[in-house]
Amino acid sequence: MNKVLLIIQREYITRVRKKAFIVMIFVVPLLILGMSAIIGLVAKNSQELSSEQVVNVIDESKMFIGKLHNRKHIKFQASAKSLDEAKKELKDNEDLSVLLIPAGYEKTPVQIFSKKKPSFKLVSEVENQMNTIASNKSLVEHHIDTAYLNSIKKSRINISAMEVTDAGTKDANVGASMGVGIACAIFIYLSLFIYGAQVMRGVIEEKTSRIIEVVISSVKPFQLMLGKIIGVGLVGLTQFGAWILLSVVTSKIAGHAFSGPGSPMAGAIAVLATIPFGYILGCFLFYFLTGYLLYSALFAAVGSAVDSETETQQFMFPITLPLLFTYILSVSVLFQAPDSPLAVWLSIIPFTAPVAMMVRIPFGGVATWQLALSMSLMILGFLFTTYVAARIYRVGILMYGKKASFKELAKWFFYKE
Amino acid sequence: MLSIRHIVKQYAGHRALSDVSLEVERGQIYGLLGPNGAGKTSLIRIINQITAPDSGEVYFDGQKLNQSHIERIGYLPEERGLYKKMEIGEQMIYLARLKGLSRADATTRLKFWFDKLGMQTWWKKKIEELSKGMQQKAQFVATVLHEPDLIILDEPFSGFDPVNAEIIKDEILELNKKGATILFSTHRMESVEELCDAIALIHKSHKILDGKVKAIRRSYRNDTYLVEYNGEQLGFDGAQPFEVISATTGDENNHVIRLKLNSGANSNDVLQYLIPKTRVNMLQEIIPSMNEIFIEKVNQIA
Repeated sequence: MNKVLLIIQREYITRVRKKAFIVMIFVVPLLILGMSAIIGLVAKNSQELSSEQVVNVIDESKMFIGKLHNRKHIKFQASAKSLDEAKKELKDNEDLSVLLIPAGYEKTPVQIFSKKKPSFKLVSEVENQMNTIASNKSLVEHHIDTAYLNSIKKSRINISAMEVTDAGTKDANVGASMGVGIACAIFIYLSLFIYGAQVMRGVIEEKTSRIIEVVISSVKPFQLMLGKIIGVGLVGLTQFGAWILLSVVTSKIAGHAFSGPGSPMAGAIAVLATIPFGYILGCFLFYFLTGYLLYSALFAAVGSAVDSETETQQFMFPITLPLLFTYILSVSVLFQAPDSPLAVWLSIIPFTAPVAMMVRIPFGGVATWQLALSMSLMILGFLFTTYVAARIYRVGILMYGKKASFKELAKWFFYKE
Repeated sequence: MLSIRHIVKQYAGHRALSDVSLEVERGQIYGLLGPNGAGKTSLIRIINQITAPDSGEVYFDGQKLNQSHIERIGYLPEERGLYKKMEIGEQMIYLARLKGLSRADATTRLKFWFDKLGMQTWWKKKIEELSKGMQQKAQFVATVLHEPDLIILDEPFSGFDPVNAEIIKDEILELNKKGATILFSTHRMESVEELCDAIALIHKSHKILDGKVKAIRRSYRNDTYLVEYNGEQLGFDGAQPFEVISATTGDENNHVIRLKLNSGANSNDVLQYLIPKTRVNMLQEIIPSMNEIFIEKVNQIA
């Protein structure tokens, strides 16, 4: 065990000392910032609803009822029920929401309630329609007084989306959840890739430099593999730690600098404050660690099977396919329907769970059993891949000049000691 | 020290070792000889517990080979290699600590070795900045830094320039004098006679010969002698107790003949036959070199 610690130490220190590591600490947050801005823009332009949404309208102002037009996936219907009664129906139907328009809608906020966070598309559609109706009404009332028209044009109705949970009604910010969901997916996808590849490169380096034989005359191949995986994993955690620290510090500074009431920064901070960061971060760390252990073991096995990095392609593709597949789905489909059966399944299968689950978690509403099942499967999954990888690795690291195929790897797996 | 009993190792396409047994005594320099691909490296890997035999056992100091013996073995593989981007001092200490040495001990010993081999200025250098010969020297130090009881060297002299090879040879002899047992493999026979106490010859996965070098050579004596005499050149009519293989004449009436004894005769018979006829300067038995034995043995099998 002591020797594994030594290996971890070496793997960790040689990497953390590198200039690239220190540069990454500062560069990556900037990249993420830029990327999320672009994704935000793209996401805004590509909203589509997948299933029919029914909106029960409780119109206390009597101004909008009958004037809201049904759209492709949105159906409005007037409701005579009280708000509390209408809310009860929400618990059984995910595609149902309640729109509450108070009598003094210009002063008291208009609210929309649903079981899950309503999609961005739905909210903006309702906002647009209501703004148009309100404007038109004013125009008619005032006989198109142009001087007045300018002031009307400023009329804006903001809907605050409320999520009805067992604990009561809470403020749900769809945009923020979506942003965090996508950010998590990208982040975990990239980090699994980056650190997994580092493990692979480390194994190839040991093999091509031929130091491997010296090292495994001192420790067992499994100890070396484990030490390398843990060492690189700790490098990853250190990097995340630095990034979190950096973002806390900068947001504190930025918060002080721009925290006038009504400033855009204050708005953004208020929105972000609605997201349970502790919970998300906890899940992120869990899925990063287990996902990393799962994939890096496979990466290590690939590294052991080849003589140079250029030969890794044929193995890399099938291994990273589930990850890539979920990642593409995440940024295109999953975040629009975080509770669809596809999303649920992907978030339970260990190979796809890290990315898929991290998309779902910021939206809330992941059932406890799903999370528990997914997490247990992750742990079983990495134990399984580590076992398989270790058996391939111990043979592979001593094989030179042999072009390995999957058939070959399977043979290695069954070799005796 | 090391007892290898009935080792069999089978790889997918071929058999690397078939029923190989040999004994290495404490304090010996033991040579593992054989052509390339004979199975030497497979055997060495088994002793280093890098791979396990399919059947057979290895005993180290009377105990069945286990993980605790790793720290008492130093291994220099045939294919040398170190971490290219790591500083040499740090790397040597890391490798020694993997063999169970404390950081402090490793540092002290490393300083000693660096002084001894004139490597003082290398400490902070990265391996990739060193020449190939320098890297090999560093790797030799890494092999012996933890003062192992058994030092295993796979083709130790390949890759060294003649000067460094000589330095390393002297270091090996010195370590051996201090009590270390040395096991090394080679396919070059020249180094065997001057270094080895005992050898095993492996050919096509079989051990075909083993024992002490002197005993082996003695057992391969074939009654051949070299005689130098001074005087008139002798003619031989068949009455002499030997057959002449070759004869040469040097200056000042010195003649050298190479002869093979007739069966039943001995060297005294040669002298008794020659002394009345001429003045004998020298009579020397020709014992075959390991190289000749090696070639003869391998050819017998092939």
